[in-house]
Amino acid sequence: MAEKTYIGLAGNPNCGKTTLFNELTGSNGYVGNWPGVTVEKKQAEWKADKSVTFVDLPGIYSLSPYSPEEVVSRDYLVNEKPDAIIDLIDVTNLERNLYLTTQVLEAGRPTVIGLNMCDLLKERGDVIDVSALSERLGAPVVEVSALHNKNLKGLVEKAVEAARGGRANGGTRCFSPEVEDALEAISALVEGSCAPELVRWYSIKVFERDAEAIRPLGLSAEALGKAEAAIKAVEEERDDDAESIVTSDRYDWIADVMEACVKKAPKKLTTSEKIDRVVTNRIAGLPIFVAVMIAVYWFALVAVGTPATDWVNDNLFSDGFFVNAASAAQFDEDDAAWQDMHYADQISGYIAAAEEAGVDTDGVEDAIDATDRTADDDATIAAFEQAAEAAGVVATDVPVTDSDGNYVDTDGGIVTRLDEDGNPVLAASQELEVLPTVTAADFATAVDTPEPDQHDYEGWVDSIPTAATDALEAAGASPMVESLVVDGVIGGVGSVLGFIPQIFVLFIALCFLEDCGYMSRVAFVMDRLFRRFGLSGKSFIPMIVSSGCGVPGVLSTKTIENERDRRMTAMLTTMIPCSAKLPIIALVMGVLVGADNGAWWVAPMFYFMGIVAIIISAVMLKKTKPFEGEPVPFVMELPDYHFPAIRSWALHVWERVSAYVKKAGTIIFAAAVGIWVLSNFGIAGWEGGTGAFGFLPGMEGAPETYMDYSVLAGVGGALSFLFAPLGFGNWMATASTISALIAKENLVSTFGVLYGIGSDASENSVTMWQGFASMFTVGGTLHAGAMCAFVAFNMLCAPCFAAMGTIRRQMDSAKWTAFAIGYECVFGWVIGLLINQLYELVAFGSFGFWTVVAFVLLAAMLFQIFRPTPKWDKKDDKILESLDGQVA
Amino acid sequence: MRTLRDVKVGQSCKVVGLGGGGAIKRRIMDMGITKNARIHVRKVAPLGDPIEVTVRGYELSLRKDEAQNVKVELEE
Repeated sequence: MAEKTYIGLAGNPNCGKTTLFNELTGSNGYVGNWPGVTVEKKQAEWKADKSVTFVDLPGIYSLSPYSPEEVVSRDYLVNEKPDAIIDLIDVTNLERNLYLTTQVLEAGRPTVIGLNMCDLLKERGDVIDVSALSERLGAPVVEVSALHNKNLKGLVEKAVEAARGGRANGGTRCFSPEVEDALEAISALVEGSCAPELVRWYSIKVFERDAEAIRPLGLSAEALGKAEAAIKAVEEERDDDAESIVTSDRYDWIADVMEACVKKAPKKLTTSEKIDRVVTNRIAGLPIFVAVMIAVYWFALVAVGTPATDWVNDNLFSDGFFVNAASAAQFDEDDAAWQDMHYADQISGYIAAAEEAGVDTDGVEDAIDATDRTADDDATIAAFEQAAEAAGVVATDVPVTDSDGNYVDTDGGIVTRLDEDGNPVLAASQELEVLPTVTAADFATAVDTPEPDQHDYEGWVDSIPTAATDALEAAGASPMVESLVVDGVIGGVGSVLGFIPQIFVLFIALCFLEDCGYMSRVAFVMDRLFRRFGLSGKSFIPMIVSSGCGVPGVLSTKTIENERDRRMTAMLTTMIPCSAKLPIIALVMGVLVGADNGAWWVAPMFYFMGIVAIIISAVMLKKTKPFEGEPVPFVMELPDYHFPAIRSWALHVWERVSAYVKKAGTIIFAAAVGIWVLSNFGIAGWEGGTGAFGFLPGMEGAPETYMDYSVLAGVGGALSFLFAPLGFGNWMATASTISALIAKENLVSTFGVLYGIGSDASENSVTMWQGFASMFTVGGTLHAGAMCAFVAFNMLCAPCFAAMGTIRRQMDSAKWTAFAIGYECVFGWVIGLLINQLYELVAFGSFGFWTVVAFVLLAAMLFQIFRPTPKWDKKDDKILESLDGQVA
Repeated sequence: MRTLRDVKVGQSCKVVGLGGGGAIKRRIMDMGITKNARIHVRKVAPLGDPIEVTVRGYELSLRKDEAQNVKVELEE
């Protein structure tokens, strides 16, 4: 069979259409968006016959001109002319489902109607006379069960048959006589300007005065005048407007059909109603809602999601892992024992003491640290040991450090201040934890006791980067290729793959909430609160999720039904601090308050800042052009609760995850390689360097801090003027900000490298805090405002590439993505400016040009927040008051 | 004139007409609240708005501001 057959799937939300689509196609087709809107478009071939392609239309209640879902659906039906339409109906909700059916039947395509969930209806005891219904609708009606894959083949075969026959459905005669008369008069005017099977469709649209729908007809002013007269006559007779008359007539006709074709059993209280009595109860509703959110958060982020993602990141992409638990336990034990002995402290303490006693210590430390000690190294160590022993060196009061390299006090706390030489500065009652003596014998033991190495234990598997490095080294690849593959490619792929477990787990939870019907209740419960800020009740879920990770947060905006809210939430939700931003918060907390555990309020303050940023952004944006318009109607179905079928639930999850990998993956990958190039290439400008442009780490004599000479440093320098008003106009801060776009926690490690502290220094290290503080210290004064501005900017500005890629995937529009990222950056900059300038003014009394700018911007923001919502042109009115002359 | 907003939880009513216009009115009608439709008010959300009603055999939620556009008469 050569000819392709396209079948459109239409139906109400929650009618089982997605399940039907998945059952028919196995969900392996194209998933994208309808052009220009954030509405998802799915298209796939039939498993049983590849020449049949199904196009899944969005779930809609009507074909009105008001929502993007409805508009794309009707444009598809009328303009793209699928070979046939399957209209799926949830029979437990027959009356409202038939309302869409009466409209779909008018679209001039061969149509077959599927009655879904008949099994539920039987349970209820209702009986439908299928043949009478088919006769009334003038279209074949097939009883199916999408969930149990019952009779689906029959349904599609009927549709293919109808497509071959090509007999368009005439639509039902569902209007009252006076409307039918008017439609007859109008069809005489419409005839000739459209395909014959669409005459009734367009006549009804003319009658409704639907401006957009009838534009393609290009009717003359004279014809419109005649039509208007006919419409007016009916409106006067019925004392109502044409649109309302059409809608009421449809429902009245359906009520008639119901009477004739359905025998209802007496109504009992269903399980769903019993559940709903409890979960949206006036008193218990909110606590249950909070409990459900905590459960989702706990399941998706704390219990399963984050550990899974951390496991992937730490084991597959960082260190490696043990396949057998016994080795792992043994290694942990040995490692802890080794740490407890403080061998490293003994060695450095003894060497320092020897140096003080006048013993030559040149090269000793390097020899000890060498991964594979050579004969030369051993000789150096032996010579040193002899010399030290001869001089009778015994180190006393050697300070002890923890795994972050911090000095430890006798109470087990850490010393949070260091002097300029890096020596500990003690607080009043603090005493340094020390090893009383380190003798020559102790030193010898320490030197000969290497740190336990995982490779010496059974069952150790190297991480992907380590394995790749080894393989490339063995193959003799150049350092540049090695770095590109390991740092660029694997690093980029890793940042995509690392999120998959978390996204997967999260969607297991969210798809469940969605499929079981609770998601609509979330909107019901939260609407009142969120409506004030111009967001939807469902915006709450993405925000909760974003506190774990912005990527699934942005993806979960899918459940918001209104396009404007969906875009707004996708834009703003990444302002909530995600787990990757926590190291940055820890860093600034360390500087400001040391490791004082009493300062628990610092971290919540950043969450608070995120929430406030979202609220004021939403209030401000609501009054701008892209988000203008009437408040969105909240007239929403609350579907029955039901436990989702495992199969369709699983497919639903799979669909979301694979869409993320496909769409977001490519962008993240390209960006990761881009940043790799920026930070590894540059001009060898160091002392003794060649001055040539090239791959820096591979050059002769490249220092540890080669990044200072990279393109990234150049870009940082060039852009740093932007951040001067925020108080951190140095290239290092800018370069760290750029590299943090790969993943926000990179800010800390890049910063470590740039300051020569090393990329392993953690956010909990005192040295790191001091380095970080020194960036904002001018003339011995710490400018805390600048530091907070730096952190605020990094929290609020463009999220990491993974999240940006996801926003791109969600918006499916380059323009909207640019707008979203641009807004985030500008907003972050303004907030940073306000923090820095106001702090400078209050703390140091400095007043300058940028102080004025800050006040002007603050005033502008306050104005935008508090001014009344402007009255927009009522563009929402897509139905005309009168046809005369308005469309010609 | 009494509107759907004034109907108490547990009461039923019949629609006699619809006010307002544009997207909101069309949406309300598309969901089955048309002239002569019977509505039963089921409950109010925990924060006092929106409300949940039964119409044409299913559950529908709408805000009180939207319910104000629905003119009704009470039924026993």
